[in-house]
Amino acid sequence: KYRMSDTLSDDASGGDDGQEDVMTPAELIGKLEEAWLNERFSPELLENKSEMGECVMEQLTHMEANLQRVWRGDVKASVHRMEIDRIRFVLSSYLRSRLQKIEKFFPHVLEKEKSRVEGDPSFLSPEEFAFAKEYLANTETYLKAVALKHMPPNLQTVDMLKAVPEPCLDSFVFLRVRERQENILVEPETDDQREYVVDLDVDSQHLMRYRSIAPLVSSGAVQLI
Amino acid sequence: MFCEKAIEIIRELHRMGDGQLPAFNEDGIRQVLEEMKALYEQNQSDVNEAKSEGKSELIPTIKFRHCCLLRNQRCIAAYLYDRLLRIRTLRWEYGSVLPTNIRFHMCAEEVRCLKDHGEFEIDDGTIILLKKNSQHFLPRWKCEQLIRQGVLEHIMS
Repeated sequence: KYRMSDTLSDDASGGDDGQEDVMTPAELIGKLEEAWLNERFSPELLENKSEMGECVMEQLTHMEANLQRVWRGDVKASVHRMEIDRIRFVLSSYLRSRLQKIEKFFPHVLEKEKSRVEGDPSFLSPEEFAFAKEYLANTETYLKAVALKHMPPNLQTVDMLKAVPEPCLDSFVFLRVRERQENILVEPETDDQREYVVDLDVDSQHLMRYRSIAPLVSSGAVQLI
Repeated sequence: MFCEKAIEIIRELHRMGDGQLPAFNEDGIRQVLEEMKALYEQNQSDVNEAKSEGKSELIPTIKFRHCCLLRNQRCIAAYLYDRLLRIRTLRWEYGSVLPTNIRFHMCAEEVRCLKDHGEFEIDDGTIILLKKNSQHFLPRWKCEQLIRQGVLEHIMS
Protein backbone atom coordinates (compact mmCIF):
# COMPACT_ATOMS: atom_id res chain seq x y z
CA LYS A 1 0.00 0.00 0.00
CA TYR A 2 1.15 3.50 -0.71
CA ARG A 3 0.99 6.18 1.90
CA MET A 4 1.38 9.79 0.94
CA SER A 5 3.74 11.98 2.87
CA ASP A 6 2.25 15.13 1.54
CA THR A 7 4.70 17.96 1.52
CA LEU A 8 2.07 20.33 0.14
CA SER A 9 -0.42 20.24 2.98
CA ASP A 10 -0.28 21.00 6.67
CA ASP A 11 -1.76 17.64 7.48
CA ALA A 12 0.51 15.83 9.89
CA SER A 13 -1.04 12.44 9.55
CA GLY A 14 2.25 10.64 9.27
CA GLY A 15 3.71 8.45 11.95
CA ASP A 16 1.46 5.42 12.22
CA ASP A 17 2.13 1.74 11.73
CA GLY A 18 5.43 1.79 9.92
CA GLN A 19 4.38 -1.22 7.84
CA GLU A 20 3.10 0.97 5.02
CA ASP A 21 5.51 2.42 2.49
CA VAL A 22 5.67 6.15 2.76
CA MET A 23 6.02 7.69 -0.66
CA THR A 24 6.45 11.29 -1.63
CA PRO A 25 4.17 12.76 -4.28
CA ALA A 26 7.15 12.92 -6.63
CA GLU A 27 7.81 9.23 -6.15
CA LEU A 28 4.16 8.41 -6.78
CA ILE A 29 4.11 10.36 -10.02
CA GLY A 30 7.36 8.67 -10.97
CA LYS A 31 5.69 5.31 -10.43
CA LEU A 32 2.73 6.43 -12.50
CA GLU A 33 4.97 7.38 -15.40
CA GLU A 34 6.81 4.06 -15.22
CA ALA A 35 3.55 2.13 -15.22
CA TRP A 36 2.29 4.29 -18.10
CA LEU A 37 5.35 3.66 -20.27
CA ASN A 38 5.35 -0.05 -19.51
CA GLU A 39 1.68 -0.35 -20.37
CA ARG A 40 2.07 1.62 -23.59
CA PHE A 41 5.00 -0.39 -24.89
CA SER A 42 4.03 -3.83 -23.72
CA PRO A 43 2.17 -6.00 -26.25
CA GLU A 44 0.07 -7.59 -23.51
CA LEU A 45 -2.01 -6.25 -20.66
CA LEU A 46 0.08 -5.79 -17.52
CA GLU A 47 -0.89 -6.15 -13.88
CA ASN A 48 -3.59 -3.86 -12.65
CA LYS A 49 -2.35 -0.93 -10.58
CA SER A 50 -5.59 0.64 -9.48
CA GLU A 51 -4.30 1.45 -6.00
CA MET A 52 -1.67 3.63 -7.55
CA GLY A 53 -4.35 5.20 -9.74
CA GLU A 54 -6.45 6.04 -6.69
CA CYS A 55 -3.51 7.57 -4.91
CA VAL A 56 -2.82 9.70 -7.97
CA MET A 57 -6.43 10.85 -7.97
CA GLU A 58 -6.16 11.78 -4.30
CA GLN A 59 -2.97 13.63 -5.03
CA LEU A 60 -4.60 15.53 -7.85
CA THR A 61 -7.53 16.53 -5.65
CA HIS A 62 -5.03 17.81 -3.13
CA MET A 63 -3.17 19.80 -5.74
CA GLU A 64 -6.43 21.26 -7.05
CA ALA A 65 -7.38 22.33 -3.55
CA ASN A 66 -4.01 23.96 -2.98
CA LEU A 67 -4.33 25.71 -6.29
CA GLN A 68 -7.49 27.42 -5.09
CA ARG A 69 -5.47 29.15 -2.41
CA VAL A 70 -2.93 30.61 -4.80
CA TRP A 71 -3.69 33.90 -6.47
CA ARG A 72 -4.86 33.39 -10.06
CA GLY A 73 -2.50 35.78 -11.68
CA ASP A 74 0.57 34.29 -10.09
CA VAL A 75 2.89 32.51 -12.51
CA LYS A 76 3.10 29.68 -10.03
CA ALA A 77 -0.59 29.04 -10.55
CA SER A 78 -0.22 28.35 -14.26
CA VAL A 79 2.78 26.14 -13.69
CA HIS A 80 0.85 24.13 -11.09
CA ARG A 81 -2.13 24.07 -13.43
CA MET A 82 0.02 22.61 -16.19
CA GLU A 83 1.45 20.07 -13.79
CA ILE A 84 -2.03 18.94 -12.80
CA ASP A 85 -3.12 18.67 -16.43
CA ARG A 86 0.00 16.74 -17.29
CA ILE A 87 -0.53 14.21 -14.53
CA ARG A 88 -4.16 13.82 -15.54
CA PHE A 89 -3.13 13.19 -19.10
CA VAL A 90 -0.65 10.50 -18.08
CA LEU A 91 -3.23 8.79 -15.90
CA SER A 92 -5.93 8.81 -18.53
CA SER A 93 -3.47 7.73 -21.22
CA TYR A 94 -2.52 4.84 -18.95
CA LEU A 95 -6.14 3.83 -18.48
CA ARG A 96 -6.91 4.25 -22.16
CA SER A 97 -3.96 2.07 -23.12
CA ARG A 98 -5.27 -0.67 -20.84
CA LEU A 99 -8.79 -0.36 -22.20
CA GLN A 100 -7.59 -0.67 -25.76
CA LYS A 101 -5.72 -3.85 -24.93
CA ILE A 102 -8.71 -5.23 -23.07
CA GLU A 103 -10.87 -4.58 -26.12
CA LYS A 104 -8.35 -6.09 -28.48
CA PHE A 105 -7.74 -9.29 -26.54
CA PHE A 106 -10.94 -9.56 -24.58
CA PRO A 107 -11.49 -13.37 -24.60
CA HIS A 108 -7.89 -14.00 -23.55
CA VAL A 109 -7.93 -11.31 -20.90
CA LEU A 110 -11.07 -12.81 -19.39
CA GLU A 111 -9.65 -16.32 -19.59
CA LYS A 112 -6.48 -15.24 -17.84
CA GLU A 113 -8.46 -13.62 -15.07
CA LYS A 114 -10.73 -16.65 -14.68
CA SER A 115 -7.84 -19.07 -14.35
CA ARG A 116 -6.04 -16.84 -11.88
CA VAL A 117 -5.09 -18.49 -8.61
CA GLU A 118 -6.47 -16.88 -5.48
CA GLY A 119 -3.77 -14.59 -4.08
CA ASP A 120 -2.08 -13.92 -7.41
CA PRO A 121 -2.15 -10.29 -8.48
CA SER A 122 -5.14 -9.32 -10.55
CA PHE A 123 -4.79 -8.15 -14.11
CA LEU A 124 -8.06 -6.30 -14.17
CA SER A 125 -9.62 -3.84 -11.80
CA PRO A 126 -13.23 -4.67 -10.88
CA GLU A 127 -14.43 -2.02 -13.33
CA GLU A 128 -12.19 -3.34 -16.09
CA PHE A 129 -13.40 -6.87 -15.44
CA ALA A 130 -17.02 -5.79 -15.72
CA PHE A 131 -16.14 -3.89 -18.88
CA ALA A 132 -14.45 -6.92 -20.44
CA LYS A 133 -17.42 -9.15 -19.64
CA GLU A 134 -19.86 -6.68 -21.15
CA TYR A 135 -17.67 -6.31 -24.20
CA LEU A 136 -17.71 -10.08 -24.70
CA ALA A 137 -21.47 -10.23 -24.17
CA ASN A 138 -22.14 -7.36 -26.55
CA THR A 139 -19.96 -8.85 -29.26
CA GLU A 140 -21.56 -12.27 -28.95
CA THR A 141 -25.06 -10.77 -28.96
CA TYR A 142 -24.20 -8.80 -32.07
CA LEU A 143 -22.81 -11.78 -33.97
CA LYS A 144 -25.76 -13.93 -32.96
CA ALA A 145 -28.39 -11.38 -33.86
CA VAL A 146 -26.95 -10.49 -37.24
CA ALA A 147 -25.80 -13.85 -38.53
CA LEU A 148 -25.30 -16.81 -36.23
CA LYS A 149 -28.94 -17.39 -35.42
CA HIS A 150 -29.67 -17.70 -39.14
CA MET A 151 -27.09 -20.40 -39.58
CA PRO A 152 -27.57 -24.16 -39.36
CA PRO A 153 -28.03 -25.45 -35.79
CA ASN A 154 -24.55 -26.87 -35.41
CA LEU A 155 -22.87 -23.63 -36.48
CA GLN A 156 -24.50 -21.10 -34.23
CA THR A 157 -21.57 -20.44 -31.95
CA VAL A 158 -18.11 -19.02 -32.47
CA ASP A 159 -15.29 -19.83 -30.10
CA MET A 160 -13.96 -16.40 -29.20
CA LEU A 161 -10.74 -17.77 -27.76
CA LYS A 162 -9.91 -19.26 -31.14
CA ALA A 163 -11.33 -16.47 -33.25
CA VAL A 164 -9.71 -13.46 -31.59
CA PRO A 165 -5.93 -13.23 -32.01
CA GLU A 166 -3.71 -13.32 -28.94
CA PRO A 167 -1.18 -10.60 -28.12
CA CYS A 168 2.09 -11.08 -29.97
CA LEU A 169 4.57 -11.70 -27.18
CA ASP A 170 7.39 -12.03 -29.67
CA SER A 171 7.27 -8.40 -30.69
CA PHE A 172 10.39 -6.40 -29.99
CA VAL A 173 10.53 -3.82 -27.23
CA PHE A 174 13.10 -1.28 -26.10
CA LEU A 175 14.05 -1.52 -22.46
CA ARG A 176 16.33 0.01 -19.86
CA VAL A 177 17.74 -2.12 -17.08
CA ARG A 178 17.11 -1.08 -13.47
CA GLU A 179 18.35 -4.14 -11.67
CA ARG A 180 21.22 -6.19 -12.95
CA GLN A 181 20.11 -9.48 -14.49
CA GLU A 182 22.24 -12.45 -15.23
CA ASN A 183 21.77 -15.31 -17.65
CA ILE A 184 18.77 -14.11 -19.54
CA LEU A 185 17.96 -16.64 -22.23
CA VAL A 186 17.74 -15.35 -25.77
CA GLU A 187 16.04 -17.55 -28.36
CA PRO A 188 17.70 -18.04 -31.76
CA GLU A 189 16.35 -15.93 -34.62
CA THR A 190 17.29 -18.21 -37.49
CA ASP A 191 17.81 -21.91 -37.85
CA ASP A 192 21.57 -21.75 -37.84
CA GLN A 193 21.71 -19.78 -34.60
CA ARG A 194 21.50 -21.30 -31.19
CA GLU A 195 20.03 -19.91 -28.02
CA TYR A 196 22.42 -18.01 -25.77
CA VAL A 197 22.41 -16.09 -22.51
CA VAL A 198 23.11 -12.44 -21.84
CA ASP A 199 23.72 -10.42 -18.72
CA LEU A 200 21.91 -7.13 -18.44
CA ASP A 201 23.83 -4.35 -16.72
CA VAL A 202 22.16 -1.56 -14.80
CA ASP A 203 21.23 1.44 -16.99
CA SER A 204 22.04 -0.39 -20.22
CA GLN A 205 19.42 -0.26 -22.96
CA HIS A 206 18.39 -3.11 -25.20
CA LEU A 207 16.04 -4.12 -27.97
CA MET A 208 14.69 -7.59 -27.30
CA ARG A 209 11.69 -9.81 -27.81
CA TYR A 210 9.11 -9.08 -25.15
CA ARG A 211 8.73 -12.77 -24.35
CA SER A 212 12.34 -13.04 -23.11
CA ILE A 213 11.95 -10.30 -20.55
CA ALA A 214 8.25 -10.31 -19.67
CA PRO A 215 8.73 -11.39 -16.03
CA LEU A 216 11.36 -8.68 -15.57
CA VAL A 217 8.83 -6.04 -16.55
CA SER A 218 6.33 -7.12 -13.92
CA SER A 219 9.02 -7.36 -11.27
CA GLY A 220 10.26 -3.88 -12.11
CA ALA A 221 13.76 -5.07 -12.99
CA VAL A 222 13.51 -3.48 -16.42
CA GLN A 223 11.64 -0.46 -17.70
CA LEU A 224 10.13 -0.41 -21.19
CA ILE A 225 10.99 2.74 -23.12
CA MET B 1 -18.15 -22.41 -56.72
CA PHE B 2 -19.17 -22.42 -53.10
CA CYS B 3 -18.01 -19.71 -50.70
CA GLU B 4 -17.49 -17.22 -53.51
CA LYS B 5 -19.98 -14.73 -52.15
CA ALA B 6 -18.39 -14.97 -48.73
CA ILE B 7 -15.00 -14.08 -50.16
CA GLU B 8 -16.55 -11.29 -52.15
CA ILE B 9 -17.96 -9.47 -49.14
CA ILE B 10 -14.63 -9.76 -47.37
CA ARG B 11 -12.78 -8.43 -50.42
CA GLU B 12 -15.15 -5.51 -50.58
CA LEU B 13 -14.40 -4.66 -46.98
CA HIS B 14 -10.68 -5.17 -47.43
CA ARG B 15 -10.64 -2.90 -50.47
CA MET B 16 -11.75 0.05 -48.39
CA GLY B 17 -8.88 1.69 -46.54
CA ASP B 18 -8.35 0.89 -42.92
CA GLY B 19 -10.31 3.66 -41.32
CA GLN B 20 -13.35 3.53 -43.55
CA LEU B 21 -16.65 1.83 -42.99
CA PRO B 22 -18.55 0.86 -46.13
CA ALA B 23 -22.30 0.31 -46.06
CA PHE B 24 -23.44 -2.88 -44.37
CA ASN B 25 -23.74 -5.50 -47.07
CA GLU B 26 -27.00 -7.01 -45.94
CA ASP B 27 -27.68 -8.58 -49.27
CA GLY B 28 -24.29 -10.25 -49.40
CA ILE B 29 -24.74 -11.72 -45.94
CA ARG B 30 -28.17 -13.00 -46.83
CA GLN B 31 -26.81 -14.77 -49.88
CA VAL B 32 -24.11 -16.49 -47.87
CA LEU B 33 -26.64 -17.56 -45.26
CA GLU B 34 -28.87 -18.99 -47.98
CA GLU B 35 -25.97 -20.92 -49.42
CA MET B 36 -25.26 -22.28 -45.95
CA LYS B 37 -28.86 -23.34 -45.56
CA ALA B 38 -28.80 -25.16 -48.90
CA LEU B 39 -25.50 -26.91 -48.12
CA TYR B 40 -26.76 -27.96 -44.71
CA GLU B 41 -29.98 -29.40 -46.06
CA GLN B 42 -28.15 -31.31 -48.75
CA ASN B 43 -25.84 -32.70 -46.11
CA GLN B 44 -28.73 -33.65 -43.86
CA SER B 45 -30.36 -35.70 -46.57
CA ASP B 46 -27.05 -37.28 -47.63
CA VAL B 47 -26.21 -38.21 -44.04
CA ASN B 48 -29.57 -39.90 -43.66
CA GLU B 49 -29.05 -41.73 -46.91
CA ALA B 50 -25.55 -42.80 -45.99
CA LYS B 51 -26.76 -44.07 -42.65
CA SER B 52 -29.88 -45.86 -43.79
CA GLU B 53 -28.59 -47.25 -47.05
CA GLY B 54 -24.92 -47.56 -46.14
CA LYS B 55 -23.83 -45.33 -49.03
CA SER B 56 -20.40 -44.49 -47.71
CA GLU B 57 -19.39 -42.98 -51.05
CA LEU B 58 -21.44 -39.95 -50.04
CA ILE B 59 -19.11 -39.21 -47.17
CA PRO B 60 -16.44 -37.22 -49.05
CA THR B 61 -19.15 -34.95 -50.44
CA ILE B 62 -20.60 -34.53 -46.98
CA LYS B 63 -17.20 -33.60 -45.62
CA PHE B 64 -16.64 -31.16 -48.45
CA ARG B 65 -19.94 -29.41 -47.83
CA HIS B 66 -19.14 -29.24 -44.14
CA CYS B 67 -15.85 -27.52 -44.93
CA CYS B 68 -17.72 -25.00 -47.06
CA LEU B 69 -20.13 -24.38 -44.22
CA LEU B 70 -17.28 -23.76 -41.81
CA ARG B 71 -15.59 -21.44 -44.30
CA ASN B 72 -18.75 -19.45 -44.82
CA GLN B 73 -19.27 -19.14 -41.08
CA ARG B 74 -15.70 -17.99 -40.63
CA CYS B 75 -15.94 -15.44 -43.45
CA ILE B 76 -19.15 -13.97 -42.10
CA ALA B 77 -17.77 -13.80 -38.56
CA ALA B 78 -14.60 -12.15 -39.88
CA TYR B 79 -16.62 -9.65 -41.91
CA LEU B 80 -18.82 -8.69 -38.97
CA TYR B 81 -15.98 -8.58 -36.49
CA ASP B 82 -13.82 -6.47 -38.78
CA ARG B 83 -16.66 -3.97 -39.10
CA LEU B 84 -16.90 -3.84 -35.32
CA LEU B 85 -13.17 -3.13 -35.11
CA ARG B 86 -13.48 -0.29 -37.61
CA ILE B 87 -16.39 1.16 -35.71
CA ARG B 88 -14.41 0.86 -32.50
CA THR B 89 -11.48 2.75 -34.02
CA LEU B 90 -13.83 5.46 -35.22
CA ARG B 91 -15.29 5.68 -31.73
CA TRP B 92 -11.90 6.21 -30.17
CA GLU B 93 -11.34 9.00 -32.68
CA TYR B 94 -14.66 10.76 -32.69
CA GLY B 95 -15.96 9.97 -29.22
CA SER B 96 -19.54 9.06 -28.57
CA VAL B 97 -21.17 11.03 -31.29
CA LEU B 98 -20.30 9.49 -34.62
CA PRO B 99 -20.87 11.59 -37.71
CA THR B 100 -24.19 10.78 -39.35
CA ASN B 101 -22.62 9.63 -42.59
CA ILE B 102 -20.89 6.85 -40.68
CA ARG B 103 -23.95 5.87 -38.69
CA PHE B 104 -25.78 5.64 -41.96
CA HIS B 105 -23.56 2.76 -42.96
CA MET B 106 -24.18 0.79 -39.80
CA CYS B 107 -26.89 -1.76 -39.32
CA ALA B 108 -29.31 -1.63 -36.37
CA GLU B 109 -27.47 -4.21 -34.31
CA GLU B 110 -24.18 -2.42 -34.72
CA VAL B 111 -25.76 0.74 -33.37
CA ARG B 112 -27.25 -1.16 -30.44
CA CYS B 113 -23.96 -2.88 -29.70
CA LEU B 114 -22.27 0.47 -29.89
CA LYS B 115 -24.75 2.08 -27.52
CA ASP B 116 -24.52 -0.58 -24.85
CA HIS B 117 -20.83 -0.65 -25.20
CA GLY B 118 -20.48 3.08 -25.54
CA GLU B 119 -22.04 4.00 -22.26
CA PHE B 120 -19.85 1.60 -20.47
CA GLU B 121 -16.76 2.78 -22.23
CA ILE B 122 -17.26 6.33 -21.16
CA ASP B 123 -18.23 5.27 -17.70
CA ASP B 124 -15.30 3.01 -17.26
CA GLY B 125 -12.68 5.12 -18.94
CA THR B 126 -13.57 8.03 -16.78
CA ILE B 127 -15.08 6.31 -13.79
CA ILE B 128 -11.89 6.55 -11.86
CA LEU B 129 -11.48 10.16 -12.84
CA LEU B 130 -14.99 11.03 -11.81
CA LYS B 131 -14.74 9.42 -8.40
CA LYS B 132 -13.32 12.44 -6.69
CA ASN B 133 -15.89 14.71 -8.27
CA SER B 134 -13.18 16.94 -9.60
CA GLN B 135 -13.79 19.75 -11.99
CA HIS B 136 -11.79 20.56 -15.11
CA PHE B 137 -9.99 17.26 -15.42
CA LEU B 138 -9.91 16.90 -19.17
CA PRO B 139 -8.48 19.04 -21.91
CA ARG B 140 -11.08 21.23 -23.50
CA TRP B 141 -11.64 19.24 -26.68
CA LYS B 142 -12.55 16.15 -24.69
CA CYS B 143 -14.82 18.19 -22.45
CA GLU B 144 -16.84 19.42 -25.37
CA GLN B 145 -17.93 15.94 -26.35
CA LEU B 146 -18.93 15.03 -22.85
CA ILE B 147 -20.71 18.36 -22.31
CA ARG B 148 -22.77 17.65 -25.41
CA GLN B 149 -23.68 14.33 -23.89
CA GLY B 150 -24.70 15.85 -20.60
CA VAL B 151 -22.07 13.89 -18.70
CA LEU B 152 -20.17 17.02 -17.77
CA GLU B 153 -21.23 20.50 -16.83
CA HIS B 154 -19.09 23.42 -17.76
CA ILE B 155 -18.50 25.36 -14.57
CA MET B 156 -17.80 28.95 -15.41
CA SER B 157 -16.43 30.27 -12.13
